[in-house]
Amino acid sequence: MQQTQTAQISAITTDVNVVVQAVLAMALGLFIVGVVGFSHISAVHNAAHDTRHANAFPCH
Amino acid sequence: MSVFRSIVFSAALAGVITGAAITGAQMVGTIPLIQKSEVYERKAEAPAAVAPTAAAQPAHTHDHGAAAHSHEAEWEPAEGLQRNAFTTGANILTAIGFALLLAGVFALRGRTVSWREGLFWGLGGFVIFTAAPGLGLPPELPGMPVADLALRQTWWIGTACATAAGLGLLVFRKASWAAILGLGLIVLPHLIGAPQAPAGHTDVPEALSHSFVVAATLTSLLFWALLGVLTSVAFQRISRA
Repeated sequence: MQQTQTAQISAITTDVNVVVQAVLAMALGLFIVGVVGFSHISAVHNAAHDTRHANAFPCH
Repeated sequence: MSVFRSIVFSAALAGVITGAAITGAQMVGTIPLIQKSEVYERKAEAPAAVAPTAAAQPAHTHDHGAAAHSHEAEWEPAEGLQRNAFTTGANILTAIGFALLLAGVFALRGRTVSWREGLFWGLGGFVIFTAAPGLGLPPELPGMPVADLALRQTWWIGTACATAAGLGLLVFRKASWAAILGLGLIVLPHLIGAPQAPAGHTDVPEALSHSFVVAATLTSLLFWALLGVLTSVAFQRISRA
């Protein structure tokens, strides 16, 4: 009984752990896309210009 | 290996391959059209650049709303190799960014995601990030009249979020209320409407901008299909290691 409980608790904590790591990675992904596709800094904009147009990210 | 590292490694691997492959597709698809369009853009800018010298010096701002957009005095990559290198880099970074989202989702699934399932997740990405925002804001060539940049970005991001939530409800919730709410979320941004460009003249021929919409949409479809498959395969292998 206690063993199954411990197993359940550890399964839940692992799940939470996985969720936190996955969400962190996804936030990093959104940050990268945001910088490349949505930055208002003109040097970043010009560097990624053709990519922005090809991906139909809003451009000037 | 920790989940985070598995996600990052598989996203980097899938992103580098997809970004490089899509640059090849853009070289034959979208980039020649962008370059053709820039000829018209420069022609339209040329008289505007001469005129304002007598008037009060215009503030050195990056006026996104104006049809005549000035590139001068801002750094931009040199034509040719440098420009293409930056485009390749930006494509790879974009691919890695989106692959992080995909691999994050695969990790959350908590079971093996096959390459075919990965393909469908990729197609979901195409609908969310290309098809839905593209309905209101179709891919544009340089030199076209456009609405305020920040407004378009806000609408674009809102549309992507609403479409993602709507698709999620449609696919993962079996109840009828979820289907209705999901469809509603997908339609809502288009009822609100994308920011419209002010009526303005453009020298860019209609046929050229039409070809660009087709080329950009197809390249993006290829991008997402490839990214979905490669990210699922890479994540499968790496997370098992």
